[in-house]
Amino acid sequence: MKKLINDAHVVVAESVEGFVQAHADLVKSSGNPEELFVSRAGGAVQGKVGLVSGGGSGHEPLHAGFVGKGMLDAAVPGPVFTSPTPDPILAATKAADGGAGVLHIVKNYTGDVLNFETAAELAEAEDILVKAIVVNDDVAVQDSLYTAGRRGVAGTVLVEKIAGAAAERGDDLDGVLAIATRVNDNVRSMGVALTACIVPHAGKPSFDLADDEIEIGIGIHGEPGRKRIKAVSADETTDLLLTPIVEDLGLSGGEKVVLFVNGMGGTPSSELYIVYRRARSQLEAKGVTVERSLVGNYITSLEMQGCSITLLRLDDELTELYDAPVDTPALRWGA
Amino acid sequence: MADTLDIAWATDWVKACAAVVAEHRMELIDLDRAIGDGDHGENLDRGFKAVLVKLEAAEPATVGDVLKLVATTLMSTVGGAAGPLYGTAFLRAAKTADGATIDAAGVADLLAAGVEGIVARGKAEVGDKTMVDAWAPAVEAARAAAEAGKTATEALRAAATAARTGAETTDPLVARKGRASYLGERAIGHRDPGAESSAMLLEAAADVAEGGG
Repeated sequence: MKKLINDAHVVVAESVEGFVQAHADLVKSSGNPEELFVSRAGGAVQGKVGLVSGGGSGHEPLHAGFVGKGMLDAAVPGPVFTSPTPDPILAATKAADGGAGVLHIVKNYTGDVLNFETAAELAEAEDILVKAIVVNDDVAVQDSLYTAGRRGVAGTVLVEKIAGAAAERGDDLDGVLAIATRVNDNVRSMGVALTACIVPHAGKPSFDLADDEIEIGIGIHGEPGRKRIKAVSADETTDLLLTPIVEDLGLSGGEKVVLFVNGMGGTPSSELYIVYRRARSQLEAKGVTVERSLVGNYITSLEMQGCSITLLRLDDELTELYDAPVDTPALRWGA
Repeated sequence: MADTLDIAWATDWVKACAAVVAEHRMELIDLDRAIGDGDHGENLDRGFKAVLVKLEAAEPATVGDVLKLVATTLMSTVGGAAGPLYGTAFLRAAKTADGATIDAAGVADLLAAGVEGIVARGKAEVGDKTMVDAWAPAVEAARAAAEAGKTATEALRAAATAARTGAETTDPLVARKGRASYLGERAIGHRDPGAESSAMLLEAAADVAEGGG
């Protein structure tokens, strides 16, 4: 294993330390290793609904990269691929509370859900109103009683962006939750891995994949996906991801979408644009308008090679909120 | 064979848990790599190391005090799903053990409260390929031993043996909860890491009791 790290046990601490130094105009760290979180440099905004997200590390820039005006108020980085415990989530919730309540944005993974639920109970005991949106946009997982439900993956970035804009314009907690729910209801994703990733403290690849194989339907924690196939061309791979998304969303001609092609960490952006190109032409052939585009590494799986495709069905209000100014280390426009 | 288990057993059990998790850290990571995300051994090892530090500074008066210390420490150090699940198990178990000693029926009560906590948080049932598959038969075995007039130590051994068998029964199952549920039939042939660690912890409890604890 070759990695630019000093010690597997301090990867998150050292990375967050550098991150807040580099973006000191936007963010700060709690500075407490027991209750580590990143929040806006200026602190909670009085009267605004606070947005807190978090989860295992290894998905950078998610979530800390999205702390700032127009998006999150605080982010809680857990150990690599492991949900943070309730203590730092509670501390971040308090730091994000401007008196209008706090929305937890939680990716649907068992550990994340359990720890955020516990933190929400503790926050309510301290008279902070907390509601939660559990993001579950991954069409690779069947949503049934027989699984833990669909995972929350790249759609989370769009939930954070658009709910953040709703909070910034002054919506109350129920209003922000309603917007976040609308985004979650209209966003779907699916990913592919060309290689596994190496969790620093494990020291070996998270799953074994032959040189000529790809894994379809991966999540973002280095876990294997639904099926393994021989590697095919970029266009064919794109179609394998896009088709189930379009079907699941029930997209039809005349509708408008955000097309979001996300890199898993180890794929060059040139390849992401090859995927984008194919997805766009396939959508246009169906009469779907690609109204907005996002291409890059926004929610990663360490150094994994691969990508995910996300579609969000837009209406006028969601488009306006998507376009609203955002000023964070990893996403910035209009500001 | 001790008829009852006391606070010395409880503290020795906790130390044995830390030792067994540290010893099998890589084995648990490998089980989790196969059908999860490869962090189970690392997370539990971090949690029980923190428990040892807390135990040094604590002066527990009851078995329940020891278990409660384990619960709160695991909840705030383990993370993932295992932290809240084990944390809740130990917390519920602690509530049943407010005396200086526990007898065989007390062992069954303690384990039953633990599995109720796991089910309350994780919503898993027997056969879902989770830690419940180790805990549920352990409770039944301990209850049967207690009703047959066995000692606390014998009840614990019965529970540990049943947990071990229960963990092994997860091998051929499709997972219906947790991260392995995303794999569908590809989870078949792999042991659930949570069931395995549960069996390890209960075996440690019986080993310590038989060692004169």
